[in-house]
This record gives sequence, structure tokens and C-alpha cells, in this order.
Amino acid sequence: IVSTEEDKYGLYSNLLFKYFLAEGVVCGHELFVASAKEHPDNILKELPAPLLDDTCRNELGEEATAVKSEDFQDSMKIAWRYQNLPKIEASPMTSTKFGHYYDISKTMSPELCQSIKWHSFYLPEELSLQPKMKTCAMNSAYRKLLQSIQRIIYHEGFDGSDPQKKQKNILRIGIHSLGSMLWGDDICSSDTPEDVHSLTKFLYVLRGLLRKSLSACIITVPAHLIQNKAIMERVTNLSDIVVGLESFIGSERETNPLYKDYHGLVHVRQIPRLNSLICDVSDTKDLAFRLKRKLFTIERLHLPPDLSDTVSRASKQDLAESAKLLSSGCGAMAIGKKHLDF
Amino acid sequence: LLQSCSPCNVMFSSLEGVSLTAAKERGQLVFLEGLKSCLDLLFGEEEEEQSGQPSPLQFISESASNLKALFDFVQTSLTAAGSDSWKGPVLLVDDLSVLLSLGATPVAVLDFIHYCRVTVCSQLKGNIVVLVHSHEDSEDEENELVVTSLCHHSDLILWVEGLATGFCKDVHGQV
Repeated sequence: IVSTEEDKYGLYSNLLFKYFLAEGVVCGHELFVASAKEHPDNILKELPAPLLDDTCRNELGEEATAVKSEDFQDSMKIAWRYQNLPKIEASPMTSTKFGHYYDISKTMSPELCQSIKWHSFYLPEELSLQPKMKTCAMNSAYRKLLQSIQRIIYHEGFDGSDPQKKQKNILRIGIHSLGSMLWGDDICSSDTPEDVHSLTKFLYVLRGLLRKSLSACIITVPAHLIQNKAIMERVTNLSDIVVGLESFIGSERETNPLYKDYHGLVHVRQIPRLNSLICDVSDTKDLAFRLKRKLFTIERLHLPPDLSDTVSRASKQDLAESAKLLSSGCGAMAIGKKHLDF
Repeated sequence: LLQSCSPCNVMFSSLEGVSLTAAKERGQLVFLEGLKSCLDLLFGEEEEEQSGQPSPLQFISESASNLKALFDFVQTSLTAAGSDSWKGPVLLVDDLSVLLSLGATPVAVLDFIHYCRVTVCSQLKGNIVVLVHSHEDSEDEENELVVTSLCHHSDLILWVEGLATGFCKDVHGQV
């Protein structure tokens, strides 16, 4: 389970959600989209168009050369120690390609969308459905959703129950804004909710369903609205990967010159440990994202050098905090940015 | 409770000479796959219900939150093999915090552990190893209550955490 803590206005988490689904379309997976707010049909109409190899290289190539020419021309005078370190390739094309890239200024063509099989669960339309699941103290919307997912997994053979189905495929499940009031859960509106365990029970059962089938799931959760923080801690423990998006819109960081290149921060709260004793821990923990006209990129956060004498106390504190967290930050600054593009 | 059988198999097989499947076949290991058990409970067919034995995770579907069925499962598994073969049994629970997420009250969880101690430690002279989640700024009071209580009753506590100074590539954390 990939849990995404939504940013305040849900702008960027929606993007991530759509990227997950778009990747499914391009890879030929089956999709299951569940939402209580926007009809899944509409969500699917707004998926970003995939970037074809040529255009992709052009888009990213331009940027990469610009960065290279600025930073690498002059030999380093002050940071001479870093001169001998290998240059990190700014362009992702040279590294092993994983996944596809998307152009968010264009929507995916209907033909491509229709080339895969997809299922939807739109809560307002499913209200009449009687859950056949055994009764358990769980919110009825969640119960219906689980019922629906279980039915698809079973009937489409994702759990291996149909041995005749030779073509194995993956089911990508996307559940939007789980825990919000639209799902009938009051954890976002009250700090003593009626049923504190509904969401966590739902996640446990969902985990069970995912483990016994060929499927992966992304959920977005309005974490900033959940009053009882214990619930988010439990959600984190029940998920495999947890990523929090913090957007700068409306916060004091929006005008902070330290963050002028970015639109928000990415907090990786949990990394998966599937089928192994240890996990793959990346070098850097500080990631920021930015939304360009065509691309949504996640980059290593790097701060401009603190040259000014008149830097205000607030931002100096911010800088000191971030510097503490950045382990290989200095190296990254001198050499270049490492892009993680979606 | 949190992982299914095959990842555990893979993990254990990376340790030399240890195989979960072989252990299961020899009757040395009883593995309760919480996730699978839960699915069987909630989506199972009608016939399975009548087979007599209640599911170990019965408490999820009932509003009463006592873990008696889970304890019964543990007790049955340990005593079924006959008193000779189970020398020094070990009960491993991964992880106890999940029971709280599923609706069990802290008291029910602590009662469960208490009953297990009586059976496993006192009667069968075995050991219990329990995994729980916790961290300094945790706001999960129920969980912290369980953890504190367990700490008081434990003979050995292994506290695993990341380094206070921040992330480091070579040393991941301290025990």
C-alpha cells in the first residue's frame, strides 16, 4: 500500500494519484479507481499524456544542458575538494529507465485510456449496494469498497483463483481521499470520532487482499485534517510506503527565499521492507517538488549558499535546521541536482 | 499479523540453514497468518463457519473486543502436539500494535499477553517475543500504554531506533 498524505489543497497529491494511474495505463495494467468526490470517469479523462522518447529527451535535455553549462565550466576555486568527485548526471536519460514520463499540460488520449480494462467505484452510485461481507464494526462505505475490490480480484483472477488465465496482469488500485468525510468517516471532523478503528481495519483487510493478489494500491489521505494523530501513526504502520506532501501555498515558506525554486516538500515517512530484512535507503532524506508547465519533478532539496549578512533570524534557523538534515547536501550543491522525474 | 507467509519464508531462508517450510512440515512451527485469517473470516463462505472452530481473529467482526479466540488458538497449537515435543516453546508476535488498530482495547491486549505468559512461560517453560511499535513523540496513547506495561513485565527489552544525530549511510541505528 502506498499512502500519500495529502497537501492542504490536495493539488499535488491529486497529481501523484493520476501519475500512478497513468503509469498503469501505459503498462497495460488493469485499473480500479475509487472515489467519493469526483466520478472516476472524470479522473480517468484527466490523466496526463505520456511523453514519447524523443520529446522526452528534448524536454529534459534542454534543461540538463543549461544546468551543466552554468555549473561546470569554471574550475572550482573555493570548493576545490569537490572537483574530483564524479559529476552526477542531471539528466535521467543516462541512468536506467524506470517507468515513464508524462506531460501534464496534455491529457491522455481516449484511445490509450480505453486500451486497458478498468473498474470504478463511485460512492454516491454504490449506496444501494448491500454488502455481503460478514458484519464487522466498520463504516459501511469502507465495507462496500472492500467488497467491490475483493469481487474484482476474485472474478478477474488476480489472486490466482482461475488457473486457466494464462496472461497474468497487475491490478492497480487508486483510492482517493480515504478517511475524508465524503466516505462517511468522521475522523476529519471530530477528535472523538464514532469509530476510531474503521479506517485502520479497512487498511488491514486491504493489505490482506493486496498480499494475496497481484495488485498494488495508492491511497491519498487528508492527514492534515485528521484530528487524532494516533490514527495517522497507525495508518503509517499498516502501509508499506508513506509519502507526505507539504505544499508551500499559503504558508510562510512560500515567500521564503530559501525555497523559491520549489512548490513544496516531500516527506518520506516510511519505506517498504517487502521480502527482505533490510530496505533500500537512499542517500538523501530531503526532497522537494516543483510543478513546471509540463512536468512535476521531485528533486533533492538543495539550498543556496548563505552569503548575505542580513539574512533574517527566521530563515537562518530554517537553514540551520535543513543543513542538519542534509547529509550529503554540500556535495549536491556544488555538483548539480539529481532529478527524480515521474 | 502484518506480513504474509512467503515474505517471511524469503527472509528466513536468507539465514543459513533455516527454512520455515521445513519447520512447518516437521511440526516445529505453527504460523498464524493474520492477514489471511482475517480475509477468511470476513469473506469466507458459509460452510467454513460451520466447521466448528472460531477464527483466531474473531474479535474483528464482533463488537466485543476480547482476544480469547486468539489465545485459544495459541493454547491449542502449543498443547496439541503433546507435552513431550514442545520443549521450551517460543511464541513470536509480530506485531502487537496491530491488534489495537483492529479494535482491541489495550486491556484486552494486555490480558492476552498475560494469559500467554501463564501458558507459555509458567506452564510450558517457554519464552515470548513480542514486537511493538513506539516512538518518542507518539500520540497513540493506547499503544504507549501497552508498551509501558509490557516493559514493566519484560525480562529483556530491545529498543531499536535510528541515530539521534540524523541519518547516516553506514550505521543505520542503535539498539
